[in-house]
Amino acid sequence: MNKIDFEIFKLAAECRNFEINVFNAVKNKKITIPVYLSAGQEYIPATLAYLIKKELKINPYIFPQHRCHSIYISFGGNKLKLVKELLGLKGGCSYTKGGSASIHSEEIKMIGHDGHMGTQVPIGVGSCFTSKKPTIVFMGDAAAEEDYVLSSLGWASTKKLPILFIVEDNNLSILTEKKIRRNWNMHDVAKSFKMKGYEINDNPKEISKFKKYFFKEPMLLNIKTNRLFWHSGAGQDNPDIFDRLNFEMKRIGNKSFKENILIKNYIDKLWQRQLEKL
Amino acid sequence: MAKTVRETIKYLIKSHLLKKKGKVFGQCLTAVGWVGGTLPEMYEKDGMIELSMADVAGGGIVTGSALMNERPIYVIRYQGFNWYNCPMIVNYAAKSKELWNKPCPVFVRGIGMEGGIGPVAGSSHHSLYFRMPGVKICAPMTPKEYTKIYKQYMKEKEVYYVSEHRGSFNNSKEFKNDLKGKKDLVLIAISITRFEVEKAKKILEDKGYKIGICHVLWIKPFKIPSEAYEIIKSSKKGAILLDDDYVDGISNSIANKINLKTNKSIYTMGLKDKTAGAHKKVDNLPPNYKEIVKFAKKILNE
Ligand SMILES: Cc1ncc(C[n+]2csc(CCOP(=O)(O)OP(=O)(O)O)c2C)c(N)n1
Ligand SMILES: [Mg+2]
Repeated sequence: MNKIDFEIFKLAAECRNFEINVFNAVKNKKITIPVYLSAGQEYIPATLAYLIKKELKINPYIFPQHRCHSIYISFGGNKLKLVKELLGLKGGCSYTKGGSASIHSEEIKMIGHDGHMGTQVPIGVGSCFTSKKPTIVFMGDAAAEEDYVLSSLGWASTKKLPILFIVEDNNLSILTEKKIRRNWNMHDVAKSFKMKGYEINDNPKEISKFKKYFFKEPMLLNIKTNRLFWHSGAGQDNPDIFDRLNFEMKRIGNKSFKENILIKNYIDKLWQRQLEKL
Repeated sequence: MAKTVRETIKYLIKSHLLKKKGKVFGQCLTAVGWVGGTLPEMYEKDGMIELSMADVAGGGIVTGSALMNERPIYVIRYQGFNWYNCPMIVNYAAKSKELWNKPCPVFVRGIGMEGGIGPVAGSSHHSLYFRMPGVKICAPMTPKEYTKIYKQYMKEKEVYYVSEHRGSFNNSKEFKNDLKGKKDLVLIAISITRFEVEKAKKILEDKGYKIGICHVLWIKPFKIPSEAYEIIKSSKKGAILLDDDYVDGISNSIANKINLKTNKSIYTMGLKDKTAGAHKKVDNLPPNYKEIVKFAKKILNE
C-alpha cells in the first residue's frame, strides 16, 4: 500500500464521517437549515488538498460552491467550528449566517459562496487576477452551464491566471441529468478557450497526474463523481451508486478499515458534545 | 478656472491608480473619449483593466478584486447596463461584510445620460440598487461633492453606487439649498434634475411663489438637513421630489418617508412610465424646468 493513498483516504474518511453525522442530525431534526451533503464526492477535495497543501506546499485561495463541507474539511478547516455553524451555535465558522452552503474561513483562505450557483467563478477569477496568487475554484456540473461561468473561464484564459477550475461532476442538477441539459462537455469548452481541459474520474491516481500543471497556467478538470445522498437534506436517491470511499477502503485493505473506526469515533464524539448543548 | 466634475473625476482616478489603491475596471475604457473624458490615459499596466463584453461576469470579476484588499472602481458606461452588471455587486459584494465580516468595497461609477439615445440603457437606474441592503448610493453633481464622496468611500468598507450623470460633467459650480423662511412648496432634487429646479425656482418666484430647494447628494442612507423637514412641515403645499429614474423606485419610496415625517403631501416626478424611443417626439426625459413649473403651479393652485 502506498502512503499517499492512505493519507488521502484519511482526509476523505474524515469528510465521510462528518457527513454521516450531519445526515443523522438532519434526520433527527437537530439541524434545521438546508444542508448539501458532499458524501460520495469527498475524494476530489481530499486528493486536491493533499496534492496542493502537502506536496506542493501551496495555500491557495479557495472558492467553493454550496456543496462544500468536504472542501472545508480537506483543506484544513476547523471541524468544531463547522459543527457549530450547522447547529447554529455561537462560534460557528461563518457566524451562523453562512450555514451549510456559504461557509467562509479566513484561516484556510476559503471565501464564502452567496448561494447563487456559479458566482464563485467570476468572483474567483477577479480575485485571482488581483492577487496573482494560486486560486482554486470549485463548481458543479450544472453551475458550469451558467453564462457568467463560461465567460469567466474565457477571461481567466486570456489573462493566463494561476487558477485551477474543478468541476465536481456528479451528473446532476438537483435530479436533472447532464444529458438532458446539454450535449457538450466542460473539458472541451476549456480547450476551446485555449486552456488545458481534461475529463477524468475521482480516482486519486488520475487526479495526481495533473499536479504538474496546477497554478502554472489556467486549467480545468472535469472530475466525474457520485453524490450519495439527496441534493439537499438527508435521504438517498439510489442505494446502488458507486462509492469511491468504500472502493478505496477495500483496495487499501485492513489498515484503512481500522483507521476509519478511529476517525469515526473521534468525529462522532465531536458531534455528540455539541449536540448535548442544544 | 474652477475644476469641472469631469476633471475632478479624472484627477481622482489618476491618483487612485498611481497610488495603487485599486484597479479601474470597465468595458471599452481606453477607447476614444475615455468615458466622457473622465479617465486618465492609462492602460492595463497602470491598473486600467479592460473587461470582456461579458457584462454579468464583469460585475463578479470586480467583486473578486475587492475581496483582495484592493478598492476597485467599476465603470458602467450607461446606467441601464446595470441590469446585467449589478447581480454580483448587490448579491455578493454588498452582503460579504455582513455575512462573513469580509469587506468587499466596490466603487461603482454608474453613468446616466439620456436624450436621443433610444430605448436601450439611458437615464439613471439607481433604484436597482436601492432595495438591497449593504449598498450606499449617492449622486454627486458637483466637483466638491465628488471629491467628498470619494474620500469617504476610501475611509469606509462599503459598496458605493455612485450615480453620475454626463450632464453634470461640465459643471464647476456648487449648489446651495434654500431652506430659510416660510415656503409655499419645496423642490427636492436628485441627479440631473438639480440643474432644472434652480431654473424652475426662479420662474416660480418671479410669479410670486416662495419656493424652497433641497439638493440631495445621499440617496441611501437618505440624507437631507433637518431644516428641510421643518420647512416642508411648515410649507403650504409640501414638496415635489424629482429624479432621473422611474418614480416607482427611489422617488416614491423616499417621498413616503418624508411624508411620514412631515405629514405633508410629497409629490414625485421622474421618468414617465414608458420606454424611451429613439426620436425626440417619443423620447423619455427627466422632468425639465418647464414641466416642473407647470406641475408646481398645478399643486400651488389646487
Ligand atoms: C443562480 C442560481 N440558479 C439556480 C439555483 C438553484 N439551484 C441550487 S443548486 C442547483 C443545482 C446545482 O447543481 P450543480 O452545480 O451540479 O451542483 P451540485 O448540487 O450537483 O453539487 C440549482 C439549480 C441557484 N442556487 N442559483
Ligand atoms: Mg451536479
